[in-house]
Amino acid sequence: MATKTIKVDYLARVEGEGALDLTIADGKVTSATLRIFEPPRFFEALLRGRGFEETPDIVARICGICPIAYQMSAVHAIERAFGVKVEGGLRALRRLIYCGEWIESHALHIVLLHAPDFLGFADGIEMASAHGDMVRKGLALKKAGNEVLRVLGGREVHPVNVRAGGYHRLPTAAELAGLAETLKRARDDAVELTRWVAGFAFPEIDIDYEFVALRHPDEYPFNEGRIVSNRGIDIDIGDYDTVFEERHVARSTALHSAIRERGAYLVGPLARYGLNFDRLPSQVQALAQEAGLGPVCTNPFRSIVVRAIEVVYACEEALRLIAAYERPEAASVPLAPRAGTGFGCTEAPRGICWHHYDFEPDGTIRTARIVPPTSQNQASIEADLAAVAGTMVDAPDEEIRHRCEQTIRNYDPCISCSAHFFKLNVERR
Amino acid sequence: MRQVKRPRLAVWKFASCDGCQLSLLDCEDELLTLAGAVEIANFAEASSAVSEGPYDLSLVEGSITTPHDLERIQEVRAQSKFLVTIGACATAGGIQALRNFADIDDFVAAVYASPEFISTLSTSTPISAHVPVDFELNGCPINKAQLLEVISAFLAGRKPAVASYSVCIECKRRGTPCVMVQGTPCLGPVTHAGCGAICPSYRRGCYGCFGPMETPNMAALAAEWRAIGAAPRDIKRALSTFNAAADAFQKESQAHGD
Repeated sequence: MATKTIKVDYLARVEGEGALDLTIADGKVTSATLRIFEPPRFFEALLRGRGFEETPDIVARICGICPIAYQMSAVHAIERAFGVKVEGGLRALRRLIYCGEWIESHALHIVLLHAPDFLGFADGIEMASAHGDMVRKGLALKKAGNEVLRVLGGREVHPVNVRAGGYHRLPTAAELAGLAETLKRARDDAVELTRWVAGFAFPEIDIDYEFVALRHPDEYPFNEGRIVSNRGIDIDIGDYDTVFEERHVARSTALHSAIRERGAYLVGPLARYGLNFDRLPSQVQALAQEAGLGPVCTNPFRSIVVRAIEVVYACEEALRLIAAYERPEAASVPLAPRAGTGFGCTEAPRGICWHHYDFEPDGTIRTARIVPPTSQNQASIEADLAAVAGTMVDAPDEEIRHRCEQTIRNYDPCISCSAHFFKLNVERR
Repeated sequence: MRQVKRPRLAVWKFASCDGCQLSLLDCEDELLTLAGAVEIANFAEASSAVSEGPYDLSLVEGSITTPHDLERIQEVRAQSKFLVTIGACATAGGIQALRNFADIDDFVAAVYASPEFISTLSTSTPISAHVPVDFELNGCPINKAQLLEVISAFLAGRKPAVASYSVCIECKRRGTPCVMVQGTPCLGPVTHAGCGAICPSYRRGCYGCFGPMETPNMAALAAEWRAIGAAPRDIKRALSTFNAAADAFQKESQAHGD
């Protein structure tokens, strides 16, 4: 029987440059590979010799969509190396700015990038002709997330206010009160968005993932926690290398991550939700149930619903943080550099973002290693593609191509981050 | 009703973080209006509907760092009536231009286990090094109000109203007390305006993400930094970030040691 190749040469509605090749031989998918040709920018090399003070500003530039994730993982790593802990109101403000990034990033993906796949449009703008009300609400939600970033960070992309030890300037009571008003409306929009996406038609497929996420004793995770999995991983973030490894494959400028003993794993909303459902407030759990989700979701196409639930959570959590906020005495805690090693691992919208730095006595970086979420998900993306395409090998190429692109967008892949990180090509043999 | 042909807009990505093209999607209040005024003919990050050129206005993000991109930028130029670079990468090479002053093999080996899989140039260069550019918009990231102004101006056939003075003017306008006089080193006096002087309003010095202003007095600024206690290494580092390969910043940073 014939072999055929289905190719997508330039993936749309993802951040960055990638492609996909799918080979079908004798009615079976024999290979599904994601090629990442995003040009490498060598952040880990250019960070060597730089000061710890500059690090949050530099690493932000790895990703324009999730700069806070990079800034947060970096500041936690610096503080751990220098033996400093940021607590109280400053810690609360870090969770608050992270809420802003999740709201902005998830709302962008749900409404402008992912929902068009389910409703048959090329993009969010075209979708607005038929679903104008939800597109406008989604954009308002995205704007609310950006407003948190603008107030706490100074601007939406590459915020300037984050530093090791805390912030450069604390928000005023009036600024926080204004944010609370915006967030109340955003919470209502997020609930409506959740109900809307819950009504989409989802392909029936369940994947047996190993979920990996942070887990904290009392909170749904942003900045802190142990790295855990549903197959027994439970480690300090500093022990990452004992369990995980990065592999360099020819087709990609993104390094592939794997669990040393088992291979592929999944980070991001599905993993975070499945491992931390019990940390969500009861009203958010109830909404998840209403939206058709159990405490664990293994259908990657339903990740859009999980993202919407996380947006509701981020709005709720931001409102709670603002209501409970007690202004710290200073905008940052003092920091004295010393020689040492620091690790940081925080929950970017797309999953854990792990950093490792070695510092000279004066706080200059000797070596840096950064593992972004999407590079960790590459093996799972390829496995999902093989599984999804495997259920429809006799379908027309165009249908397979569309479903594969949708499968990749389930991950909200951030390719710019991952190159150190896509095109779909289906080959039939 | 008479059918009016809308101008065709394209957005291109080279080596970058996607933050500048995201600024277009961050125009939440204006996005649907903009999409009514122009045909978004090619914007891969936002739409799977991609149509062929030619385009009336191309917005280019990112710098040239691979042999493939050297060819691609020529094609983009050939298809575009106007070409505008958006952001520090496309305008000055971005932070990835730090490779220009280092050994590229060492950079590749520091990140990748199998350097032979990597195809990259030894330099990161701005778009203007390869093709004629009609307008360069500064910023890491660009300011979205300036982006809308540039799009409107090109579509109306006028010059964009984008000031070329320094960040200092923006501080004065918004009434932010000077951080330099309080002893905080600031690149505001030599940095291109456009951000709205955000950093000083957050009680830190400007870090130059909009690149050099039109006629910066770099030596005077460096002397002022020394006078308030900055070490040569601090000056070198401050100028060696997102616009490291911009001429004025590059020359001055080379005048200071580690």
